[in-house]
Amino acid sequence: MTNNSIEKFQDPGLPEHIHRKADHDEKAAKTAERQVAILFLLSAVGTVLAIGSYIFMPQDVVIFIPIMGDQNAAQLFLGLGIAMATFFLGMGAVHWAKTLMPDTEVVAERHEFRSEESDREDFVATVKEQGGSAGLGRRTLIKRSLGLAGGLAALTPIVMLRDLGPQPKKQLETTSWEAGTRLVTDPGDRPIKPSDLEVGAVAQVLPALKDGEERTLENIGKDAVLLIRLNPSEFNLDSERLSWTHDGIIAFSKICSHMGCAVALYEQQTKHLLCPCHQSTFDVTRAAKVIFGPAARPLPQLAITLDSEGYLVAKQPFTEPVGPSFWERNTK
Amino acid sequence: MSQKERIIGGVANYVDERTGAAKWLNKNLKKVFPDHWSFMLGEVALYSFIILLLSGTFLTFWFDPSQRDVIYNGSYMPLQHVQMSAAYASTLHISFDVRGGLLMRQIHHWAALLFMASIIAHLLRVFFTGAFRKPREANWLIGVGLVTLGIVEGFLGYSLPDDLLSGTGIRIAEAILQAIPVVGSYIAFFAFGGAFPGHVFIPRIYTVHVLLLPGAFLALITIHLMLVWYQKHTQYPGPGRTEKNVVGYPLMPVYMAKAGGFFGIVFGVTAFLGAVASINPIWLYGPYTPGQISAGSQPDFYMGWLDGLVRMSPPIETHAFGHTISWNILIPGLIVPGILFTGMALYPFIESYISGDKREHHLLDRPRNVPNRTALGVMSLTFIMVVLINGGNDLIATHFHMSINQIMWMSRIGVFILPPLSFVITKRICLSLQRADRDLVLHGRETGRLVMLPHGEFVEVHEPISAEKAWTLTSHEQPKAIPHVSEDANGVAKPKSLVNKLRSRMSTANAEQRPAATATEAKELEGGHH
Repeated sequence: MTNNSIEKFQDPGLPEHIHRKADHDEKAAKTAERQVAILFLLSAVGTVLAIGSYIFMPQDVVIFIPIMGDQNAAQLFLGLGIAMATFFLGMGAVHWAKTLMPDTEVVAERHEFRSEESDREDFVATVKEQGGSAGLGRRTLIKRSLGLAGGLAALTPIVMLRDLGPQPKKQLETTSWEAGTRLVTDPGDRPIKPSDLEVGAVAQVLPALKDGEERTLENIGKDAVLLIRLNPSEFNLDSERLSWTHDGIIAFSKICSHMGCAVALYEQQTKHLLCPCHQSTFDVTRAAKVIFGPAARPLPQLAITLDSEGYLVAKQPFTEPVGPSFWERNTK
Repeated sequence: MSQKERIIGGVANYVDERTGAAKWLNKNLKKVFPDHWSFMLGEVALYSFIILLLSGTFLTFWFDPSQRDVIYNGSYMPLQHVQMSAAYASTLHISFDVRGGLLMRQIHHWAALLFMASIIAHLLRVFFTGAFRKPREANWLIGVGLVTLGIVEGFLGYSLPDDLLSGTGIRIAEAILQAIPVVGSYIAFFAFGGAFPGHVFIPRIYTVHVLLLPGAFLALITIHLMLVWYQKHTQYPGPGRTEKNVVGYPLMPVYMAKAGGFFGIVFGVTAFLGAVASINPIWLYGPYTPGQISAGSQPDFYMGWLDGLVRMSPPIETHAFGHTISWNILIPGLIVPGILFTGMALYPFIESYISGDKREHHLLDRPRNVPNRTALGVMSLTFIMVVLINGGNDLIATHFHMSINQIMWMSRIGVFILPPLSFVITKRICLSLQRADRDLVLHGRETGRLVMLPHGEFVEVHEPISAEKAWTLTSHEQPKAIPHVSEDANGVAKPKSLVNKLRSRMSTANAEQRPAATATEAKELEGGHH
């Protein structure tokens, strides 16, 4: 080759169109037409099935489907009917488009979005002229006061959201537990004696309601406590925390110190509490110390003792806020 | 003129005399759309949105978005006489006492999953083919907005029934709000109207779920589609396809039939799933109470990656001056997602800055021809996959009899190691594929026919590929690196030299390419070999 410049491959242009059979063969076209019609008829059958099963199918028939298990027959056939009706309607339309509608590719031109240079200049001139006549550039007093007014006006809707809720005050820090509050079963609200719990047992408890008080979800969200009974020798606690237990019974807040889920999984063998949300794991024998997972603090421990009648009561309120952390939380 | 033609003519005349629409309609009915299966992904998202509007409207006729206490006495026996919220009771009512109610609930939930899945698939298609480049950056931003709102909308939607599982999800969302420094507990108390769970959250998110966000979706989708329409669709490179044209089929009748038909198909598939595949059986979970939980609590997949991030977070909190900052919530719950989504939104601008390319692009890239972008995409996907897998670590542990601690540590380490590794591997694969393309053009297609030469050597016969294929494989651009210039022509040091240096290094990495085969090379080979 004499020419040293590199020659690229050339665009051969759009490939020649290959016609479908139905384009020139009337018989094939008829076949395609029939296929489309069959698809549309299947759709009609689907609608009949859907309406039929809606009206006539009893609601309590259960049928077994492999893999899926027991299914309500009325729901199933209604759904299958709707599925058939819409699916085959769509298939018919697509098949029609693919076999019988024109399939020659069309070429359309594209144009660059950038306007002609003269139009752009005219536009700038117009903006300058119109803007200039309004004095936008010059009248700084108007500009600034407009900015001030606009910015302030946008504040109102934000301020008006204030009444969405009360201030938190001390609500995140406190629970219903007080010195002498009885521990009662949840559900059942029965007071508990140590003898009710075997070694190895675990129970969810709530504070006993005072007269006229009702149990709200907001309270449960802070008050829920897990009661676990171990062999006293299994504890590995300092003397203060040990004095918070009673005869091997130890009580922790059930609300996870990470994100507030209920720490509901207790593994009896390892004496670990596990939160099902993010797998934070707490060691019951070491005052719910975090041994795995994203939680950064142990579950707060509730000091318990017995009252004069021999029922389990709280010795004092929780000494720290329960549940997830928040800005005002003063962790010592 | 037949009767039918007269009627059509009459209607057209009536409309045009009042709107002058004939010219516009005529032009737009002939609008050309290129054809490719990957262009249907966005369509699936659009159609599942319509299904969501239809099935959701049906559900609102019976759903009671209230946290007022009621005693259930519907036809689901196991929950008879149980105290629960009206929201949960009415969801049970829809599921058991409204004919087709359960079906519609399941269609709605399946459509929501399909909506998110197709948005993500569409986003990946747009990313890997470079469809976000000028002039389509605005549409990319709208798309990022839509996927973000979609995550929120889906979360609010499955929170509405107020069952034990979704209530746990709301509890976690509340903890994230509460963790925001300084104002967190105020925001949480305002949002919930007091202490968690309160009685106002479900009604409030109901308004957001059925009015505010669908309205935002409608507005954004409308702009998204109008821009596609106005800017004309991109097309894949090939013979006869250039930056200056668009090759495809006209809207009327082909695309109307295909798109309308495809809507029917998507609806049919969702209805089929709703009919046979049970999803979110809320009656098994029971009503929400903060003191209880079910094991294996999992969010839907589009939230799962967030949950996985939270799960793998190290247990760090700062306690100082009487205040607490929960890094174990803030980093995985707000900071990392914030960085990911901001990065995603800004990517078109970053790429254009690095490459210095300010031209319009209507021809799509084959991912292998842009190795750095493709590798970056795979790297992000790997990151998301690792954290998503960790979001299901409890289920993986029980199904595959593994220790949850091991899975957690594998993902904690993997999330740092695997994404960069996948970047390197993907880039190498892209360059290898470029080399394979080059070989294919220069040496032709392997026919599988072996020929024994007179002296005993076996060779495989190669056949030259078509001119169309050769063009498709060689027509892509070969980007050039921007050289680093630290001084201008007069010898004055350029400001922000470090930024320039970084840009030049990135653009050098971006420009790493195997050269496309040229006709000259092909001719030389032909002359030399045979």
